Amino acid sequence: MTSYKREIRAGLRDIAPVAVAAVPIGLLFGALAAAKGLSPVEVALMSGLVFAGGAQFAATEAWLHPAPIAALTFATLLINARHVLMGASLSPKLKMSRSQQLLAMFFLTDESWALSERRALERPITGAYWAVMAVILWSNWTISSTLGAVLGSFMGDPARIGADFAFTALFIGLVAGFGRSRVTLVTVGVSAAVAALVHYFVGAPWHVASGALAGIAAAYLAAPKEVRE
Amino acid sequence: MSLDTTTLLAIIAMAVVTYITRIAGLYVADRLVLTGRAKAAFDAIPPAVLVSVIAPTALTTGWAEAIAAAITAVVAFRLPLLATIAVGVASVVLLRNLL
Repeated sequence: MTSYKREIRAGLRDIAPVAVAAVPIGLLFGALAAAKGLSPVEVALMSGLVFAGGAQFAATEAWLHPAPIAALTFATLLINARHVLMGASLSPKLKMSRSQQLLAMFFLTDESWALSERRALERPITGAYWAVMAVILWSNWTISSTLGAVLGSFMGDPARIGADFAFTALFIGLVAGFGRSRVTLVTVGVSAAVAALVHYFVGAPWHVASGALAGIAAAYLAAPKEVRE
Repeated sequence: MSLDTTTLLAIIAMAVVTYITRIAGLYVADRLVLTGRAKAAFDAIPPAVLVSVIAPTALTTGWAEAIAAAITAVVAFRLPLLATIAVGVASVVLLRNLL
């Protein structure tokens, strides 16, 4: 077996469970976006071009008509800022030319990053390995969310079956994944309080940016000054 | 097949800003080493944004939503993501009928 084939096979093996788990999340995203008034075409474009689940869920939840472009873009920037650190850490481990890297990074996700960091402990990340994961995750996410939008438009009023609460439940689940350290708890408490107050007194979509910035400032202040590792 | 111009612009803006975050790391790889408070602030970005997005629904919509959010938060530490969503949605439907 050539090394090229071995790399493809390793990519398939690593990404398969992630792709399976992402299908219901994609369907859910499409259905909720449809409930917010986005058409299947718009959902397909967003999933294909943005290709960042967390930012897409956040933007869709804060969606208004007409779309508040500045607020949505700022929220997207905040939620995707972690990509800078992920890309910086991954960059020396990618066995690719700079132009290949620029193409490869379009497909950067939390999942492909985590899998690649683990693999990079033993060997460099090849274009073949990365491309398999990228193509599968991208088609998977785009197709499942578009399908969700088509099915979701037949669902009717989402509040009737509690589907309007699915965003909230999903985000609570995602936040729980960041653990219960003191800094995280302070961040969550401050963000929640500021966002709720701004939403009540100022209105959407400004609660996202103000709550997020308040939580980030709180984390800065709550963290110890020196690194303790 | 509907495509709103403002929606399309918003999607393109989101896509551009996301791509910039994805490639920025390639250019700062040898300089970006965050430590201490700066690292804590950076690590806090995802949970801070996620919580801010849902805070109005979870806290100021009504008792059913607030209680369901609390139940979801408790199970979120014990169940996988899809099960957490199922519990959250089921509890909000139940509470809306009870309260």
